[in-house]
This record gives sequence, C-alpha cells and structure tokens, in this order.
Amino acid sequence: MKIVNEMKISFKSKSENEGFARTAVCAFAAFLDPGIEEIADLRTAVSEAVTNCIVHAYRGTEGIIEITARILNDNEIYIRIKDKGCGIPDVKRAMEPLYTTAPCEERAGLGFAVMESFMDKLTVKSTVGKGTVVTMRKKLGAINE
Amino acid sequence: MSVKIMNEDNKIIALLSGEIDHHNAKTLRQDIDFALRENQPEELILDFSEVGFMDSSGIGLVMGRYKLMQEIGGSLIVRNPPAHIKKVMRLSGIDRLASICNV
Ligand SMILES: Nc1ncnc2c1ncn2[C@@H]1O[C@H](COP(=O)(O)OP(=O)(O)O)[C@@H](O)[C@H]1O
Ligand SMILES: [Mg+2]
Repeated sequence: MKIVNEMKISFKSKSENEGFARTAVCAFAAFLDPGIEEIADLRTAVSEAVTNCIVHAYRGTEGIIEITARILNDNEIYIRIKDKGCGIPDVKRAMEPLYTTAPCEERAGLGFAVMESFMDKLTVKSTVGKGTVVTMRKKLGAINE
Repeated sequence: MSVKIMNEDNKIIALLSGEIDHHNAKTLRQDIDFALRENQPEELILDFSEVGFMDSSGIGLVMGRYKLMQEIGGSLIVRNPPAHIKKVMRLSGIDRLASICNV
C-alpha cells in the first residue's frame, strides 16, 4: 500500500476541539474528491473517535490526542486516532452496540457502532493505563471512478 | 450551535441549528429540559431542518428527551432530519421509538 499523502495533527483533549478535528480530517480527505455522503460518514466516524478520547480516555484530566491521516494509492483514506489515556479493559465488550460506561451522561454507547458501519475497516488496540489507538479506513470518491 | 424554543398550545418546538456533538449537546439539553419542566407539554418537536451535523452524542440527546417525554406522559416527534442524520438515527433504532416526520 503506497502512501500518497500524509498529515498529522495533535491537540488538547478539550471538547471544543471535536469540531476542529473532524473538519481538519475532512479537509484533508477532500484530495480524494469524496461524495457528500462519504464525507458525512467520515466526519461522523472521526467525531466519535475523538469524542471518546475526550470523554473516556482523558476523563477528569487533560491529554493530547494525535491524528494521523493518510491517502493511500487506491483512493483510500487511512486515519489513526491515538490517546495516552486510561485504556479499555475489554475492547470486544466496549465495541458492542449500546455498551457505555457513562450512561448517566446520556452517552448512547453507539460510537464504535457508528465507526464500524460508516467506515470500511475499524481496528481498536488498547492497553489499560497506556492508551488506545483506533484506526479506520474507507475508500472514497468511488462515485467518480 | 443554537436552539430556538417555541411554545404553542401544549407543544414545545425546539428548532435546532448547527452541529450536534458532545461539546454542544450539554447546553442544548439544558435549554430544552428547562422548557419541558416549565411547560409540561403533551408534545415535544425536535426540528432538525437546520442541523448540519450530528453524531451519537445527538442520539443520547434525543433518547434522553424521549424518556423525559414518556415520564411526563407526552410524545416526541423528530422533524425534518437531513439524510445523514437519519442514517445515524436508524443505526440507534430511535426511529422505531419516536415518530420521524417531514414537513
Ligand atoms: N479512547 C478510549 N479510551 C478509553 N475508553 C474508551 C475509549 N473509547 C471508548 N471507550 C470505552 O468504550 C465504551 C463504548 O464507546 P462508544 O461506543 O463510543 O460509546 P459511548 O462513548 O457512548 O460510551 C465507552 O463507554 C468507554 O468505556
Ligand atoms: Mg463514544
């Protein structure tokens, strides 16, 4: 898989950065000339992953969220969202739809379900006490091919 | 992000606009719940016509209001959600609880 283009951003885990992060990734993805629906899917998936870093990973503290986005040679976008927060003890369970550890804050427990269904590929690697890495891939601009 | 709240004979209409995410959901929730407590309406209409973005934090917001309306014996209507917001709602199954309408 050839990397055609790459960008990296890192920012503080402040909730006002949720909008910034999804907009930045979508601006980068615009190189692939995605359709409206594809860009909405990507925007939503990135928003979910970044929100999880803020709400869960760095709960009660402040840390750095790092996003790497790559454009791969087959019209695919690759996104990695990394935190050095609390980590997830049971990733499989966390990824089940409606599972949330913060129900009283009106979390729907659907963040991973959104990422999974709106992107082509999703992987989650996590170590308790060290942090979490979420990677996602999606082919874009398919309509224009 | 903002919400304009209108009170019409036993109905509360909340005209949402902008982007609904975790950052914005809290103030929206406070504003809507304040109106619900004051008025105890029979119907809450959440109007999404002017909403450009929503993630699962918005689902939490809609679900929470659905439960509140059940508690006060009223109903919830989701009005005019744009296509990508409908997609998020469908994933959550909220479309089977609240009625979604387009006007
Ligand atoms: N980056 C993360 N760091 C720590 N825990 C996380 C992270 N992302 C998700 N989680 C855990 O996985 C659960 C499910 O996440 P999600 O599907 O997005 O639902 P929600 O955010 O609504 O709780 C969360 O409640 C949390 O316990
Ligand atoms: Mg989440």
